Amino acid sequence: MAIEVRIPTILRSYTDGQKAVEGSGATLDELFKDLDGRHPGIRERLVDEAGGLRRFVNVYLNDEDVRFLEGITTGLGDGDSVTILPAVAGGRA
Amino acid sequence: MRYDSPLAAVGNTPLVRLPRLSPSEDVRIWAKLEDRNPTGSVKDRPALHMIEQAEKDGRLTPGCTILEPTSGNTGISLAMAARLKGYRIVCVMPENTSAERRELLAMWGAEIISSPAAGGSNTAVKVAKELAAEHPDWVMLYQYGNPDNAGAHYATTGPEILADLPSITHFVAGLGTTGTLMGVGRYLREHVPGVRIVAAEPRYDDVVYGLRNLDEGFIPELYDESVLTTRFSVGSEDAVRRTRELLSSEGIFAGVSTGAALHAALGVARKAVRAGESADIVFIVADGGWKYLSTGVYTAESTEAAIEALHGQLWA
Repeated sequence: MAIEVRIPTILRSYTDGQKAVEGSGATLDELFKDLDGRHPGIRERLVDEAGGLRRFVNVYLNDEDVRFLEGITTGLGDGDSVTILPAVAGGRA
Repeated sequence: MRYDSPLAAVGNTPLVRLPRLSPSEDVRIWAKLEDRNPTGSVKDRPALHMIEQAEKDGRLTPGCTILEPTSGNTGISLAMAARLKGYRIVCVMPENTSAERRELLAMWGAEIISSPAAGGSNTAVKVAKELAAEHPDWVMLYQYGNPDNAGAHYATTGPEILADLPSITHFVAGLGTTGTLMGVGRYLREHVPGVRIVAAEPRYDDVVYGLRNLDEGFIPELYDESVLTTRFSVGSEDAVRRTRELLSSEGIFAGVSTGAALHAALGVARKAVRAGESADIVFIVADGGWKYLSTGVYTAESTEAAIEALHGQLWA
């Protein structure tokens, strides 16, 4: 099950400069664990100690903010696209 | 329709169904044509309302100077109203906004102070706040935190949409100051049980953002997440692609931020089709394409060429 993950500039040091990588997982949480296997350290930048999404990181499934879906437990399917971004205007206070 | 003055003609814009872009008979997409306002954008509503409320409160008095951070449209609306009402106006605008916006502001007599491209509107807000501290006699209406911004949409845009389309299920608009979404969203939530309020947030390429830090991020004071049902982040590519589709399939000549709102509208439409639900989805056409003609996105041979043309520019 291939999921395209778009990586922001600030995290490309973990992906050898790649703008997008592929990963797999039935949920976002599984996807981040899968990515961390090939790009060690990236998960820690995205997930906090409590296992939730970090405050100033936004993650989008097919352009939709996962915080309005099921957060880190949001389900994924083949061909989905995940975008990781720093929070911008309208991000969480 | 007849009005007593040009300023009185703000609002009462058409709501049109898009038969070609709607995915099915049961899932319909509607465009609220806010480019039909006097200066050509949705911002005429909050600009006029903020000025008139400030006059009522006594914050704005004859001879005052208005100061505002703006990527263009709010400044243009404020400048037109300021000219008719006799105020001086200073706009702080990112340096990477289109030439047309600068011309329009200058045409209405606004003075423009450029803020650095890096950080976009966030930097313009910061520069304006510094100027406000240096000039305590200037009046900053401050669209990002002024409740009268959202109030304009609560009082006018929301009621107009509900009157035209009582069966509305989704409202989609761009997320900038958040005023449109907060005002229309609150109004609709009070009148339409289960209505979904959907934000389309512009996502720029790295050139515009500069070297952003994960820990920064400006949140407009007006923003109240509880009003929203969901939020889409729309990149330049999709915004440009949808802007061109809106032109080619429905004949609507809109600005690039409208393409982003349409992209989110089509996203919720697709979900409704999959779920077997019927839907009436309204999105906001924030302005026409005139101010973006020089970017070349409308006449480029391909969407790819159009995206290249827009590279590095602010479009929302």
